[in-house]
Amino acid sequence: MTIPFSAVEAAKMIKTKKISAIELTTEAFSAIKNVELSVSACITTLENEALDRARVVQTRIDAGEAHSPLFGVPMMVKDNICVKGVAATCGSKMLGNFTPPYNASVYERLLEAGAILTAKTNLDEFAMGGSTETSYFGVTKNPWDVTRVAGGSSGGSAAAVASGETFYALGSDTGGSIRQPCSFCGVSGIKPTYGAVSRYGLIAYASSLDQIGPIGADIRDCAAVLSIITGKDPKDSTSVEQSAGLDEDLSSMIAETDPIDIAGMRVGIPADYFGDGLDNGVKAAVMNAAKILEGLGASLVDIKLPLVKYAVPAYYVIACAEASSNLSRYDGVKYGFSSGETENLDQLYVNTRGEGFGAEVKRRVMLGSFVLSSGYFDAYYKKGLQARELIQRDFFSAFELCDVILSPTAPTVAYKIGENISDPVKMYLGDIYTVSVNLAGLPAVVIPCGFSDDMPVGMQLTGRRFDEKTLIKTAWAFQKNTDFHVKRPSIWKEGVK
Amino acid sequence: MTIDDELIKYVEDLSKLRLSHEEREQAKSDLTAILGYIDTLSELDVGTAEGLSHPFKFVNCFRDDVPAASADRDIILLNAPRKKDGCFIAPKTVE
Repeated sequence: MTIPFSAVEAAKMIKTKKISAIELTTEAFSAIKNVELSVSACITTLENEALDRARVVQTRIDAGEAHSPLFGVPMMVKDNICVKGVAATCGSKMLGNFTPPYNASVYERLLEAGAILTAKTNLDEFAMGGSTETSYFGVTKNPWDVTRVAGGSSGGSAAAVASGETFYALGSDTGGSIRQPCSFCGVSGIKPTYGAVSRYGLIAYASSLDQIGPIGADIRDCAAVLSIITGKDPKDSTSVEQSAGLDEDLSSMIAETDPIDIAGMRVGIPADYFGDGLDNGVKAAVMNAAKILEGLGASLVDIKLPLVKYAVPAYYVIACAEASSNLSRYDGVKYGFSSGETENLDQLYVNTRGEGFGAEVKRRVMLGSFVLSSGYFDAYYKKGLQARELIQRDFFSAFELCDVILSPTAPTVAYKIGENISDPVKMYLGDIYTVSVNLAGLPAVVIPCGFSDDMPVGMQLTGRRFDEKTLIKTAWAFQKNTDFHVKRPSIWKEGVK
Repeated sequence: MTIDDELIKYVEDLSKLRLSHEEREQAKSDLTAILGYIDTLSELDVGTAEGLSHPFKFVNCFRDDVPAASADRDIILLNAPRKKDGCFIAPKTVE
């Protein structure tokens, strides 16, 4: 029996008794054991707990309670999302010994939907980075070429899906942290609209930008996860009820009843995203994707997003300002790492934070403190917020001309480990096509659309606020007519028996 | 914008961080380069934009005033580095 790539297909097999949740979980650990030493996608693996959980889930399946599209399917969670009783390190020495006493709301929802957690995945420390090289627990490697980065900060989640260690995983996205690793690893992902998914239990980085979202083998798997985790949560006052019609569309995608029709869809092409700095191979793959969408009946529309060059500066001002505030909670008193006995409280703070945070986190906390400080607030923080407003207005104007916006996800394919880590400005510029989406609070999906230098290229589709449905429909139409998303690295043990 | 010794010390204090000499030199150079790049924002004419601290305008939402159980004290203290008699231990802060 061949285990499918797709989580939705795996759930169908469970429902039709072709395989049990216990057998599928055992297979998942066989894959983890095959590739984890090469890829290092996980921080904590939970084999005994997962098998115990699989037995419980299988009992519910046998009782006819498999009501979700992913019931009984093994999955992973990024290690900045809280799971009760399981370490949540956030990739940091600071939280190396932290065990959350509660579940994130997204995990509660997935538990109810029959999820089986197999591992917590690696990330850049406090989700600050684009390569998963800043994790205290080591570098995650790209399954397509283990000398290259997996991207970040959800590099562990993307690499685990790409290497077949898991069917799907949760990531988080503050400036591209779901989308860029999906592009680098050749998998699919969704950064939901701000407010679409509860942030309760997500360890905060930049609260006006952070969103949790799914990473999967194809966009249908991601849509299935999103349908479970989206919605209002009383524990997160910024979450809202939304996504009307997502469930109906998903049901039709799962049953494969209706053909996906994108005839007449207006796909915006922003010339400002295809200029200097974009790798030629990436550009060619994304432009080819535009032609494929046109061939499926969509019309291509030239649009302008001229403020893209201000997006990275505005993002780093705002994200670091919020981070400096959010990370002030790490004081060596309440939880996490503590430097030990000191003479006074101030010494405890500086020692704990000096020893507990890594270089990139310190850099961002200091940058954030600086832009918020007296004398510099107006020139940096306020200006960043004003730029953010203009960037959002740019998107609103663009959506008067088009339904979705097609762009590259990152300027390059995955680069070599160590190549950019010592040059923060170069590293930050890698976020140029993703951060605007977070600043504007919009949804975006990334799906594979080709290869350059034998590495995967992902295209980004950005949509109107709470219009995940149109993005998913467009991405699924693309994937139904192409095979980029079913290509797997050689490390993948295809057809595990 | 150049980050000199005085400014880096000020930022360390604000951030409640203490850097080693090597870290401080690296931070000065990194932050100067990053702020140099961020300074491109100064070219942008923001007109009458007030600024967006949140992606969308949220209205404060209030839950119903219904009493509910507080978190258990032992659970809150579970991850405390130092604790005693149901309390966190911190260095003495008053003379």
